[in-house]
Amino acid sequence: MSQVLHTPPQAPAPADDDLAALAARHGLSVSGARPALPEYVRQLWARRHFITAFATAKLTAQYSQAKLGQVWQVMTPLLNAAVYYFIFGVLLGTKHGVPDYIPFLVTGVFIWTFTQSSIMAGTRAISGNLGLVRALHFPRAALPLSFCLQQLQQLLFSMGALVVILLCFGVPVGVSWLLAVPALFLQFTFNAGVSMIMARMGAKTPDIAQLMPFVLRTWMYVSGVMWSIDKLAQKDSLPHVVTLALAANPAAVYIDLMRFALIDSFHASQLPAHVWALAAGWALVAGVGGFIYFWKAEETYGRG
Amino acid sequence: MADLTNDRIPTVVADGVDIVYRVNGTGAGRGSATAALNRIVRRKQTEKASGVRRVHAVKNVSFVAYRGEAIGLIGTNGSGKSTLLKAVAGLLPVENGHIYTDGQPSLLGVNAALMNDLTGERNVHLGGLAMGMSREQVRDRYQEIVDFSGINDKGDFITLPMRTYSSGMAARLRFSIAAAKDHDVLLIDEALATGDRSFQKRSEDRIRELRKHAGTVFLVSHNNKSIRDTCDRVLWLERGELRMDGPTEDVLKEYEAFTGDKSPQAKPKPKAPVPS
Repeated sequence: MSQVLHTPPQAPAPADDDLAALAARHGLSVSGARPALPEYVRQLWARRHFITAFATAKLTAQYSQAKLGQVWQVMTPLLNAAVYYFIFGVLLGTKHGVPDYIPFLVTGVFIWTFTQSSIMAGTRAISGNLGLVRALHFPRAALPLSFCLQQLQQLLFSMGALVVILLCFGVPVGVSWLLAVPALFLQFTFNAGVSMIMARMGAKTPDIAQLMPFVLRTWMYVSGVMWSIDKLAQKDSLPHVVTLALAANPAAVYIDLMRFALIDSFHASQLPAHVWALAAGWALVAGVGGFIYFWKAEETYGRG
Repeated sequence: MADLTNDRIPTVVADGVDIVYRVNGTGAGRGSATAALNRIVRRKQTEKASGVRRVHAVKNVSFVAYRGEAIGLIGTNGSGKSTLLKAVAGLLPVENGHIYTDGQPSLLGVNAALMNDLTGERNVHLGGLAMGMSREQVRDRYQEIVDFSGINDKGDFITLPMRTYSSGMAARLRFSIAAAKDHDVLLIDEALATGDRSFQKRSEDRIRELRKHAGTVFLVSHNNKSIRDTCDRVLWLERGELRMDGPTEDVLKEYEAFTGDKSPQAKPKPKAPVPS
């Protein structure tokens, strides 16, 4: 029975070197090749409904087993803010010197959480969804983008809670609140870019997902989530370079922009110089760079 | 069937395809911390020394599939059938050789995109979008998909979360979603084995229908009967090598002799008449 190897099909099979020619003659293309960048962007745009549907589905599925259901969307960020307030505001007393400390803190926590969870989700976007990547064809950038979109939706719930907190603590509604929209847009672009970078690294070395919580926690403590970078800078105990680096750090920039937009006692003088240029620059560099970096390895995801 | 090659349009051309899996943390290193660190630090060293094992899953396979063909892939477990299918779909890289395809072959399966915590209804939408259908297409096909799956036969189950479904119901819904789209080249991996007898019957009909619209259908199955019912050509893979390629009956006869099925021509045992 072993002599039946390579029984030709009905028509005599062409010799091996003819196969490539045959494929070329009929205009067949190599399976699974990476598309060019413009084509990739077009494919991604064609999948926009999948990206949004996947993000919304993830968000809804998150609390579907809980008794309180979607109430947790608002409860989780509020509880987070309460814990930080208790530790930093009450026990350690960081609040001295910062006016409107609770709105200051809660804004910081929410905005930071957006960046943090986007990056964390991005790290696992490919490595945690290998089943999906190996079963279906779609531009892989859809995954990190979808996870960032889910985090943005989550943040919008938190912002709802934030508005209530702001009003409770007597922060007046102002025109400057409108600045929150461009600030969020820039932050989202930045987050998506970093997520895509982390998604590629996490796909190659899944161990990074174990490491990221530590990196992110360090990043959080230097980003002025619970304390004011501006106050620290006034102390003169730190070299100028350090305070400059602290203030130019993208997380700090987006957090302070949001505080400036929402809290009336947070003045423009507390912002680093050229803050909007910084915010847009970070978004542009991370967004475009991350996207290209991710696309470069498109054909390798979910393989090996 | 006996036409000249020139008159038939090829849809998939596999030219000397080798597929190799690399598995980390086996062999010499035994996954110890130092071995792992070594692997990360010294990327470029020989794979053997770093404890990476190579599994040669598909070896030098060549074939040409033409428009209008339904091709069965058979072979014992671990012979590389599913691997070859994934490579045709462009989801696995080939080590040597090339796979050329007409358009984008799609693997029939949306399991991974579906979420157990969501209702069947939302999963139909999500699965459809994941397969690349537009929102309008999903909306148009929605009723068709639900009717085909038969989920609502015993009550309004489509609005319940999928985790509440029995495994058979979930499998039926998954197949129904996956089969809703028309494909140029359709790759099916053991999908027919799901559901009860009446659903299997419907699935086979649907496969035949898909075959009419699709250029080419590949079917991986251990069920020789469903291969006989749906395919007119069979590729037999054994240990990653293409052992035989030819008309269904010829190949299956050899295969059944090989696997020790003593009664290849015996009809499957008569079923009790199922009222449905």
